[in-house]
Amino acid sequence: MIPFQYVRPKQQKAAIDALARDNNAMFIAGGTNLLDLMKRYVVVPQKLVDINQLPLHNIEQLNGGIRIGALVTNTALAEHKLIKEKYPLLSQAVVSGASAQLRNMATVGGNMMQRTRCYYFYDTALPCNKREPGTGCGALDGVNRMHAIFGFSDKCIAVHPSDMSVALAALDATVQVSGPKGERSIAFTDFHRLPGEQPEKDTNLHKNELITSVFIPDAPFARNACYLKVRERASFAFALVSVAAALDISNNSIREARLAMGGVAHKPWRLFKAEKTLKGMPVSEASFRQAAAVAMEGARAFEHNAYKIKMAPETIVHALKTAAGIV
Amino acid sequence: MANRKIVATKLRANDLILCSSNENLMAKEENSGKILPESRTDKKYNEARRTFLKQSSLLTALALAPPAVVKAAEAGLDEKVADQFEKVPLSLEINGELKKLSVEPRTTLLDLLREQLDLTGTKKGCDYGQCGACTVHADGQRINSCLSLTVMQEGKKITTIEGLATGDELHPMQAAFIEYDGFQCGYCTPGQIMSGVACIREGHANSESEIREYMSGNICRCGAYPNIIKAITAVKKGGKKV
Repeated sequence: MIPFQYVRPKQQKAAIDALARDNNAMFIAGGTNLLDLMKRYVVVPQKLVDINQLPLHNIEQLNGGIRIGALVTNTALAEHKLIKEKYPLLSQAVVSGASAQLRNMATVGGNMMQRTRCYYFYDTALPCNKREPGTGCGALDGVNRMHAIFGFSDKCIAVHPSDMSVALAALDATVQVSGPKGERSIAFTDFHRLPGEQPEKDTNLHKNELITSVFIPDAPFARNACYLKVRERASFAFALVSVAAALDISNNSIREARLAMGGVAHKPWRLFKAEKTLKGMPVSEASFRQAAAVAMEGARAFEHNAYKIKMAPETIVHALKTAAGIV
Repeated sequence: MANRKIVATKLRANDLILCSSNENLMAKEENSGKILPESRTDKKYNEARRTFLKQSSLLTALALAPPAVVKAAEAGLDEKVADQFEKVPLSLEINGELKKLSVEPRTTLLDLLREQLDLTGTKKGCDYGQCGACTVHADGQRINSCLSLTVMQEGKKITTIEGLATGDELHPMQAAFIEYDGFQCGYCTPGQIMSGVACIREGHANSESEIREYMSGNICRCGAYPNIIKAITAVKKGGKKV
């Protein structure tokens, strides 16, 4: 690791100021992805602003929903009574990611800010527009079996690696951020972005903004929820494809559905059109197959990831069946 | 290497100024003896060069100023500050013993344990948080010590494999790994044992599949998994306090 300056502010404003003072400064919370990237010289900040002293460690029940502090660890989130009770989808998604050790360190904010695990991004000897804009995308005509089938551009075909974010996108969460110009909230589905012409930008955060919390509104999806992750090992591996499915069922008919996919795009891929298709349909495999077909409209594969075109709809159907309890 | 030697110093709290170190300056001096284009030998160039040299010596002087100057500048912001190469004093309780340490900000907890404290029981496998050989407990929670900066652990209680036994009496998990032959080469074993203890404490050792899931952050390339699971199961069923 290259040497860097280290500051540990106790107040939110001081933390934002400390970041804003230097062009090449970064926040550090759990550090599980950032230190990994720094050791490989993929990211080389000259200053780290340690935000662990900030009071953002709580999960609170508010009117109309639950607020999760940005520094709540992945373990604390997954094991929290309120989360298990009201949003089992989120709890399942978090536990399906990383290892127990990493989840003890990694935070909610940091999980959202993870970088892609695309091999071309991680290897500084190879071209990557995300790491070094203008150098080209090595994955486009290279080894692209882990890569996107939706929303990519000719500049970048990487996928976002977070499981937690897929569940939060499905649950209509919002992200609260604070910056030099004050506070604002961002819909979770607008927090991450598609690569377009600027794949170096993963999110729509403005310069020097800090994630302070995530809010999940009350919703009737606790009973019928399933996070299904397909990967190459039984545990501790990134998703090839994952699906967050949540249903509100009444008299064997679907009142509302929430669906999002991971491992298929540069951001958590919310399936709004498939959700609409499911509304009012009977709970059956046929309904779920129809929704999966709608979800897959516009999917396009590369040389090595054509398997995802078949795997994704099957994963959607299986996740919906599990959520509905008809497996 | 020369261009890596960037000296950072602070004039005011808000300005971080970077200047290249003496190597570059000397290169410029050497160049000045050679034939330079007209524009570079004129008065304007010399003045600019003189100003640069003046500023550089000022910056060098500030760079050599004790770190306290840097500290004072940031102190108003209620921050803990360490400059790039500065060693930060801090206290950590390691295996029940309070240690007064001095570390660079980039020192990971793993490197501190192995290189400065000679606690080499904690292993460096991948150094990227993928293998679990470096697992230790921080305030009772298992973490990958390779992915944690020592400065970020300040004030915490760290337990390593060396701190698990009570005197000559092995911890039940250590004894079980021997009894059930939970290793072959032994390199991953300290991490497996630290993780196994945490797995039981967390309440995630209730079935074989649960143990497999919650031990997935510890890789064993010899493939001793069946016996590792037997050892953890035996400790869990034995009911002893872990």
